[in-house]
Amino acid sequence: MIPQIIKTFLDSDIGYSFKKSKVAIVSSIIFVIIVLTSLLAVVIAPYNPFDPKSVSLMDAFTPPIWSIGGSVDFLLGTDQQGRDMLSTMIYGSQISLIVGFASIIFAMVLGVFLGVTAGYLGGRYEIVVMRFTDVQLTIPSILMALLVDGIARGFISKSLHNDMAIYVLILAIGVSEWPQFARITRAATLVEKNKEYVLASRIIGLSDIVIMIKHILPNILRPILVIATIGLSQAIITESTLSFLGVGFPPTNPSLGTLIRFGNNFLFSGEWWITFFPAIFLVVLALSINLLGDWMRDALNPKLKVR
Amino acid sequence: MTFLKINNLDIEYQTRKETINASRNVSFNLERGEIIGIVGESGSGKSTVANAIINLIDKPGKITNGSILLDETELCNNEEVVRTIRGKKIGFIFQDPQTSLNPLFTIKDQLVETIQTHTDLDYNKSLEKSIKLLTEVGIENPHKRINDYPHQFSGGMRQRVVIALAISCEPDLLIADEPTTALDVSIQFKILNLLKKLTLDRNLGVLIITHDIGVIAEITDKVIIMRYGKIVEYGKTHQVLSKPASIECKSLVMSVPPANKKIDRFKLFSPEGEQIIDTSLNLTNNIIKNWKIRDLSNKKLLDFINVTKVFDGIKILSTKDADDKIQALDNVSFSIFEGESFGLVGESGSGKSTIAKIISGLLPPSKGEVKFENTSLFDPKNKLKIKKFRGQIQMIFQDPYSSLNPRFNIKDIISEPIKFFQKNIDHYSLDQNVNDLIDIVGISRTSLERFPHEFSGGQRQRISIARALATKPRLLICDEPTSALDVTIQAQVLNLLKDLQEQLNLTILFISHDLPVIRQMCDRVAILKKGCICEINQTESIFNNPKNLYTKELLRLMPKIESII
Repeated sequence: MIPQIIKTFLDSDIGYSFKKSKVAIVSSIIFVIIVLTSLLAVVIAPYNPFDPKSVSLMDAFTPPIWSIGGSVDFLLGTDQQGRDMLSTMIYGSQISLIVGFASIIFAMVLGVFLGVTAGYLGGRYEIVVMRFTDVQLTIPSILMALLVDGIARGFISKSLHNDMAIYVLILAIGVSEWPQFARITRAATLVEKNKEYVLASRIIGLSDIVIMIKHILPNILRPILVIATIGLSQAIITESTLSFLGVGFPPTNPSLGTLIRFGNNFLFSGEWWITFFPAIFLVVLALSINLLGDWMRDALNPKLKVR
Repeated sequence: MTFLKINNLDIEYQTRKETINASRNVSFNLERGEIIGIVGESGSGKSTVANAIINLIDKPGKITNGSILLDETELCNNEEVVRTIRGKKIGFIFQDPQTSLNPLFTIKDQLVETIQTHTDLDYNKSLEKSIKLLTEVGIENPHKRINDYPHQFSGGMRQRVVIALAISCEPDLLIADEPTTALDVSIQFKILNLLKKLTLDRNLGVLIITHDIGVIAEITDKVIIMRYGKIVEYGKTHQVLSKPASIECKSLVMSVPPANKKIDRFKLFSPEGEQIIDTSLNLTNNIIKNWKIRDLSNKKLLDFINVTKVFDGIKILSTKDADDKIQALDNVSFSIFEGESFGLVGESGSGKSTIAKIISGLLPPSKGEVKFENTSLFDPKNKLKIKKFRGQIQMIFQDPYSSLNPRFNIKDIISEPIKFFQKNIDHYSLDQNVNDLIDIVGISRTSLERFPHEFSGGQRQRISIARALATKPRLLICDEPTSALDVTIQAQVLNLLKDLQEQLNLTILFISHDLPVIRQMCDRVAILKKGCICEINQTESIFNNPKNLYTKELLRLMPKIESII
């Protein structure tokens, strides 16, 4: 079954362009490796950084293995609490990816819903929704996320802050990302809406909801997929930025951004690895997703293809 | 000395899966003062040959063999030579005047720039020449108009500007790729006459590429008929069209709807040259039983009473601005009787499609009433009744490439309306219904699992017809159903529609800009002009004895294949 699917994928036009693009192959391999390691963190990571038994303050500030004073036990060194950097990063990337995926799905559902309805129904509803989108696009997404984050924290009791952090972040990032989706889907819907197959369904008498879900949505998935891929890396970066600014994940449950923030404190005292490795990891992750999105945009939109 | 000599030209397109021969062994000669037409169905390689002359073949196509000699100069794969010739010695007219002029520059900029690139004239002389050119192609008031932007010209005027641009550097050869396809009949007539006149006045060699046999008959001296990249027939236009020798040419000529008489059916030829006589219908008793064919009552089925439609933009605050209002229909009335086929003819912008959209319920009228079986279709009181009527009015669209949902397979496309009107239909009878419908339109049952992109334009149009028939409609609206199809395919689809109407007693509203097609299809015709009806009458009396001036004009200007036979 699965080999069959892979075979038909590789035989299709998109698969062909995938095979031809070295960038796409490399970045997708890197992305898959990162996702798999973070999913299987419990198995792969050498230590569990959140298990107090495996952490010893005696090991704090061990440099990476190739530096003087490095230890075979800690490949990329340890942080100030003696946690293994590699393990913390793997667990941290797990959090970053969960937040990234969840928030982009949230943004996608909200944006696509508003975009399709606005494009299809038109009229005053469309004008209101799209002006709302325009206004939100003028606010930088980090600022928007900070705002939502701040408001949400105001409503949650302090003792729950750490446990609720993940949901607050998903909401904050999702809310800051939806206008992109709304714009693209509305534009695509406007094109599809006037195509004759949609008119034919309207003449049959199908209801607007059925037409939107069964006819329009499947036909505008391509641009949505492209935006979602590029949006995913954006969401991961936004999450890291928020954590870096101290409004994201608490130190007890660090994401990549939180790790960078801690390492930042020790950057000038010589312990560069604490901030350097998470930062590099973040760059590689975001870059691989972005390159994948770039390729996808070219492959799914033949009009943009350079001859 | 031959002016343009093409010898054994082979052009290949290599794609991932196969190699397509767009041109195989094509040879012909063109002399000065002569117009040669290249005709062929879509994909026959006619444009490829023309593009090869100016070395503009899109990748991955390449010329693999043969030669193109223009005044003894070899052009084939000789980019350096072609670049000096392109635009100077060879002028090119493209199909779409909307896109072949740069919208950001005035006509003056574009003309003067082209002239200065290819000649040594200074600015003032080029300007003078540009004005002379515009006068020559028949643009009034050229001193003033030359400062206008392309969007300020109408479609026909824009095509004239394109022609002026093409002849601005005194080319010897003019290549026109479907120069009038995007234009209305009256403008087409003027453009063709202009081309004819320029050919004689300037002693040009002209190559016209078109799919319209009428155009060929009107203007060309010689004609080349192409199919699958090969020349199947080449000779004097009159000779080829009146006594076609090859099967392909015969079937092409027979498929052209004659403008001067009504024929019962189009004669179709199989690739082996035998005439296909049987009807494309094989209606099983099953369908006829299912359909519950009504007797021809000759009652009034649809009444379109004093309908006016005005389009205006939506604003959040209502203003009293009358500027952005477009009146598409002005007090239009007609009625359609059960069992007849009623034709609507008009040029672009005359409101034909708006009428179709109003009848099918896609647009509400601004004023007036539409009655189906004496029930107003836009009266909120009749909501339940209207819902029932929705299935009784169905529509076939113009563009076969967008009228089927690309994500649905054929079975889903056809079964969707059935499921909608018979909510608790079981699997067995649904399959039965779909099979019947696909049989009626002459598509094999094995294609039910396939997706629209695997079908050709004509097949897709058949699938659209099957979908429209799925609700057992009484009124079928056909909005230019064949204008995107090749003539031979058009003949098949028109035959199918005729058969369906005969056997199922359908009432058809047939919308087209193509007068010969209307003559073959319709019992009564209404001529539309700018949202008003000029004339409604029996088809034969309109064609034989037109009363209205505009109708007379349209009939005079339409390109006719009979003009030379």
